[in-house]
Amino acid sequence: MTRTLAILLRNPLSALGVLLITLVVLAAVFADVIAPFPDHRGAVVDFANFNKAPGWPYLFGTDLVGRDLFSRILYAYRISLFLGVVVLAVAVPVGVTIGLAAGYLGGWTESILMRVTDVFLSIPPLVLAMSIMGLLEPTLFNGMLAVTAMWWPWYTRLVYNLARGEREEGYVLAAEVIGSSRLHIMFREILPNCVPAILTKMTLDLGFVILIASSLSFLGLGVQPPTPDLGSMVAEGAKYLPDSWWLTVFPGLAILVAVFGFNLLGDALREILGVDE
Amino acid sequence: MSSVTRLILKRLGISLIVLIGVSMLIFTIARIIPGDPARIALGPSASPEQVEVLREKLHLNEPLPLQYGYFLADLARGDLGVSLYTNRPVTADIAQFLPATLELVLLAGTMMILIGLPLGILSARYRNSWIDGTVRVISILGVSAPSFVWAVILMLLFAYFLPLFPVAGRISDSYAIPSVTGFLLVDTLAAGNIAAFANALSHLVLPAFALALSGIGQAARLTRANMVETYGRPYIEMARSYGFPERKIARRYAFRPSLIPSLTIIGLDFAAMLGNAFLVEAVFAWPGLSRYGVAVILRKDLNAIVGTVLVISAMFLIVNIIVDILIAIINPRIRLSQRST
Repeated sequence: MTRTLAILLRNPLSALGVLLITLVVLAAVFADVIAPFPDHRGAVVDFANFNKAPGWPYLFGTDLVGRDLFSRILYAYRISLFLGVVVLAVAVPVGVTIGLAAGYLGGWTESILMRVTDVFLSIPPLVLAMSIMGLLEPTLFNGMLAVTAMWWPWYTRLVYNLARGEREEGYVLAAEVIGSSRLHIMFREILPNCVPAILTKMTLDLGFVILIASSLSFLGLGVQPPTPDLGSMVAEGAKYLPDSWWLTVFPGLAILVAVFGFNLLGDALREILGVDE
Repeated sequence: MSSVTRLILKRLGISLIVLIGVSMLIFTIARIIPGDPARIALGPSASPEQVEVLREKLHLNEPLPLQYGYFLADLARGDLGVSLYTNRPVTADIAQFLPATLELVLLAGTMMILIGLPLGILSARYRNSWIDGTVRVISILGVSAPSFVWAVILMLLFAYFLPLFPVAGRISDSYAIPSVTGFLLVDTLAAGNIAAFANALSHLVLPAFALALSGIGQAARLTRANMVETYGRPYIEMARSYGFPERKIARRYAFRPSLIPSLTIIGLDFAAMLGNAFLVEAVFAWPGLSRYGVAVILRKDLNAIVGTVLVISAMFLIVNIIVDILIAIINPRIRLSQRST
C-alpha cells in the first residue's frame, strides 16, 4: 500500500491525479467548514448580490438568485461522490457475480446470462439511464437506480472474459480434482485473480459515474433543485451564455477536475497492477 | 458461401435476437411503471369513461405478454404507435428528427477516426517523448468531461470569444433547401448550392467536435497501447534488421494488426455518441432526436420512448455489424479461414 503510493507519487501525472482526488474528497467531506456560505446549498435567495462575476467574497461568482457558486460546488461534490460510491457498491458485486458464473460455469448458464448482458450493452448507456429515469420520479435514489442498471453489465463482461480464460488453468483444475465446491472455486480461486482489473476499472468508473449522473441532471432527469448538482447548474447557466459565463464554466470545470483525477489515478493503477486495456 | 458472408449472416441473426431482447426490456420497463398511460395522455380533465375507451384501444387491459404480442405485430408492420406528445405516428416523428442526429454522429465518428488514430500512431512511434506525454494528457482530458461541458467551452471560445463558427442551429434561415434525405450536407449538394453546403458544414463543426472529443481520446489511447505491444514483436525487429524505413514499418507492420482492437472500441464509442448526442444537441439547439427524446421522456409518452430507444439501439447494432465486417476484412485469419467462425 505504501509502496504503491510511493510509485504513484513518483510520476508527475499520477501524483497530480492523487492530488486532485484528495482535494475533491476533502472538499466534499469538509464542505460545511470550507464553504463561505454553507446555507447557499439550499433554496436561499439574496437578490442584492445576484449574478455577480467572480471576485471577493464570491470566488466563482453568484447565481441568478444570489447564491455563492463556490459553496454550491463543494456541496455538489458531496452528492456526486456519494452517488458514485453507492452505484459502484451495488453494480460491482452484481456484475462480478454474474460474470464469474457465466465465465466459469459455461454451457446454458453462460449463454443465457451473456445474452441478457448483451441486451443491456446494446442500448447506449445514457439512453438506457434516461429512459428509466424519465419513467420514474427524478429523485437521488432513482438516479442511483438508473445508473446502477446501466453499469453492472460492464463488470459482467470484464469478469466473464477473465474468468473464461482462467477456467482451464492448472490451479482451477487442481481445485476441481480435490473436490472444491463451485462457489469456492468462483469466489476464492478465480476472483482473486480478477481483483487488479476490477479495482482499476472501479477507480476509472468513480469518475465516469459522476460524469453520467451529471449528464442525466443536465437533461433535467436527475437530482432536482434546490439540491446543488453540477449537471443541473451547467444546464441552468447555459441559458445565460456568454454574459454570465461563470454559471456554466465553473460547474463544468468542477466535473472535469474530479473525473480527470480519477482517470489519472486509474491509468496509473493500470500500469502498476499490470492490467491490460 | 465465403467465411465473411457466413459471419455477416451470423451477426445479423444474433443482432436480431438482441434487438428483440431490447424491445422486451424497454417494453417491460415502460409498462411496469406506476401511472396510467391513458390517463397521462388524456390529461386530468378527461372523464373515467374516456380513459376506459383509450385503455381498451391501447390494449392496456390485456395481460402483459399479450400487450407485447400486439406491440410486436404492429412493429412487424413498421408501426410504432402514435406519439401522445405530437399526435403523429412515432415512425414519422423519428424519421423527421433522426437524420439531423445521424449527420452529427457520423461527422463526429469521422473526426474520431481521422484525429484519434493518427494521434495514437504518433504517440506510439515517439513513445516516452514529449509528443507521447502530450497526446496522453489530451486523450485523458478528452474523456474526463461530459460532452455538454466541452460543447459549452467550445461554444464560448469559438462562437462567442472568437466568432469563427455559428452559435446554434443546423443552417442559417436565409437558405431554403428542399429536404430530400434530411441530411443537410447531402441535400445542399443535391441542390447544387455550395454556399448553403459551407454554411451547414460550419454549423456542424463545433457540435461534432464536442461530441467526438471523448472518442478521440479513447481511440488514441487504445491505438497507442496496441501499437506499443506490436512494436515489441519479433517480426518488427526483423523488418528493422532488413533496413525497412521506419515509416513503412509503422504503416505496414505495426499499424494494421493494432487496428483491430481499435475498431472494436470505435464501435462502442459510436454507441456512446448516439446517447451523448442528446447532450450536445441541447447545448447547440440542434433540431435532432434529442429534443424529441427528452420531451417524450418528460411526458411519459410510452410509445415514443419505446420507439426512440429501439431505433437508437438498432443504429448501434448496425454500426457494430459494420465494425465486425471491417475486422473480418482486415484480419486474414477470419477472411481466409474456411472453418465456421
